[in-house]
Amino acid sequence: MADIVLTPTKAKPQLREATAWDQVKHNRNWLGFWFMVPAMGFLIFFLAYPLGLGIWLSLTDTKIGRVGQFIGIENYEWLWDDAIFWLSVTNTLLYTFVASAIKFGIGLYLALLLNENLPFKAMLRAAVLIPFIVPTVLSALAFWWIFDSQFSIISWSLKHLGIIDYNINFLGDTTWARICVIFANIWRGVPFVAITLLAGLQTVSPSLYEAATLDGATRWQMFRHITYPLLTPIIAVVMTFSVLFTFTDFQLIWAMTRGGPVNSTHLMATLSYQRAIIAGQLGEGAAISSAMIPFLLAAIMVSWFGLQRRKWQQGENND
Amino acid sequence: MTDLPTTRIDLKGVLSASAPTVAKEDHSEGMSYLQSVPRRLVTLYLPLLIIVVVLLFPFYWMALTAVKPDAQLLDMETYNPFWTWEPTFKHFYKLLFESYYPRWLWNTMYVAVGATILSIIASVLAAYAIVRLRYKGANLVGGLIFLAYLVPPSILFIPLATVVFQYGLFDSPLALILTYPTILIPFSTWLLMGYFKTIPFELEECALIDGASRWQILIKIVLPLAIPGLISAFIFCFTLCWNEFIYALTFLQSTSNKTVPVAIVNEFVDGDVYRWGSLMAGALAGSLPLVILYAFFVEHYVSAMTGAVKE
Repeated sequence: MADIVLTPTKAKPQLREATAWDQVKHNRNWLGFWFMVPAMGFLIFFLAYPLGLGIWLSLTDTKIGRVGQFIGIENYEWLWDDAIFWLSVTNTLLYTFVASAIKFGIGLYLALLLNENLPFKAMLRAAVLIPFIVPTVLSALAFWWIFDSQFSIISWSLKHLGIIDYNINFLGDTTWARICVIFANIWRGVPFVAITLLAGLQTVSPSLYEAATLDGATRWQMFRHITYPLLTPIIAVVMTFSVLFTFTDFQLIWAMTRGGPVNSTHLMATLSYQRAIIAGQLGEGAAISSAMIPFLLAAIMVSWFGLQRRKWQQGENND
Repeated sequence: MTDLPTTRIDLKGVLSASAPTVAKEDHSEGMSYLQSVPRRLVTLYLPLLIIVVVLLFPFYWMALTAVKPDAQLLDMETYNPFWTWEPTFKHFYKLLFESYYPRWLWNTMYVAVGATILSIIASVLAAYAIVRLRYKGANLVGGLIFLAYLVPPSILFIPLATVVFQYGLFDSPLALILTYPTILIPFSTWLLMGYFKTIPFELEECALIDGASRWQILIKIVLPLAIPGLISAFIFCFTLCWNEFIYALTFLQSTSNKTVPVAIVNEFVDGDVYRWGSLMAGALAGSLPLVILYAFFVEHYVSAMTGAVKE
């Protein structure tokens, strides 16, 4: 018996060795490599490379149409003494904190409202999302018109209600201009926060609330001890995105105020556009946009550690 | 930093841990019967009404301004500004026949469709490789792609402008078609990874045993099953392209090459007090294609938006 089993070894040479070409065609790692080529190509050439190039540009005195020389951190030193740059940093931080906090508050509130039993629920949800669908610039133009200095509908309404007796110069006054752009940003961001949090809320089992009600919990206690803990992970992700995109916002400001009046609404992104593209100082503009990177890293870290803490509370190995 | 993907697993665990089935299958009215009608009116309907009105008012105002005659637009004393009885399509007529507007719409459409198709192809391949081929380092690459999602265009546009200039793509739609995928690929890869994970592994194993190549499996088995995911990714990418502003503003120069958002901001804004009608008509006409698309695919939209966050 053993002989019979062993004899067919002669037939084996018919199987040819796997050539290098077969390896390339069938090996898991090589296949994976081929499948990744298009995506990685785009991301390396148009994302990773420009990211590095941007930092390099910030260390040179490149201007539009002129190759720059390496000048070390001179651009940053120059920015350090530049009052307008610091104003833009303060504006950006103010804009990000205020807008994100209010977006979170209203977004969560709206999500809780939409999670109730409502007639026309699907339609309401669809309507709420519309500000997110319409291109930001186009809705910013609508706000520009709503906040017009002479023909603002808000001024008109307030005047006819007898609250004010002169037109408010919404986008011409520094404080008002800030309030207006923050309002427009909140208006644009609330739907995203609300709908994603709503998706998280819908996964919370109603029986938890029923049990809590039987135990005599108040509405606030239910929110604090059931809804909020279960939502924490999704809140962390949503707020990271929200903070990130608010911090680097450009189009809303550009369409509404272009940084004015007297630079009071200049964000770092708009200032870098103005310096780099309009004034042609590519190096300086790149330094301003590179200065955003530490802030962005900090935002990502905060949300990441927020999630880690969550994980620790739940105990290990829940992935 | 490369540990970021663990966050998604954490999330998924929380979100899909038996709770969703309970929540979805429970069609009872919940506990809302415990509240009286007047109380619900004050705590629920009223705040909801206020928020929805504020969210939708700018569109109403946009539409109203677009159809108001110029005289009524600026005279707010003789006419009630909140309504008009003599709608006019003059502004739309001017837009469509006396400006480059159709051309800008076409540019936007062309760039959006081109960039979306490129990104979807690249993302399908990448997502499939990360989820199902699981080559060495797949998780690391997945994490890097997620990080790429967090790199905003506002810190890339200056160096990208020099790159675009070097490659001779300045002022050409191709510059946008090639740069938009950097925004779209990370997002759609994560979305599709989530969809591919839900497709049973056994189907692929059967096909492998029957001698199908990986490529055949992807085309004939995985993609047909992932069609809802593909639609979500497609419309969401399309919307992002349509919305993109800073690259289009930086890389395009001649009036006839511009996309709608850039063109409206730059070409329509002049000192004319009568510009508001055509400006709002332009904004409305520029949003309409997206709103129509959205109306047909609301569910896909929501799943795209929440899917990418959940994963």
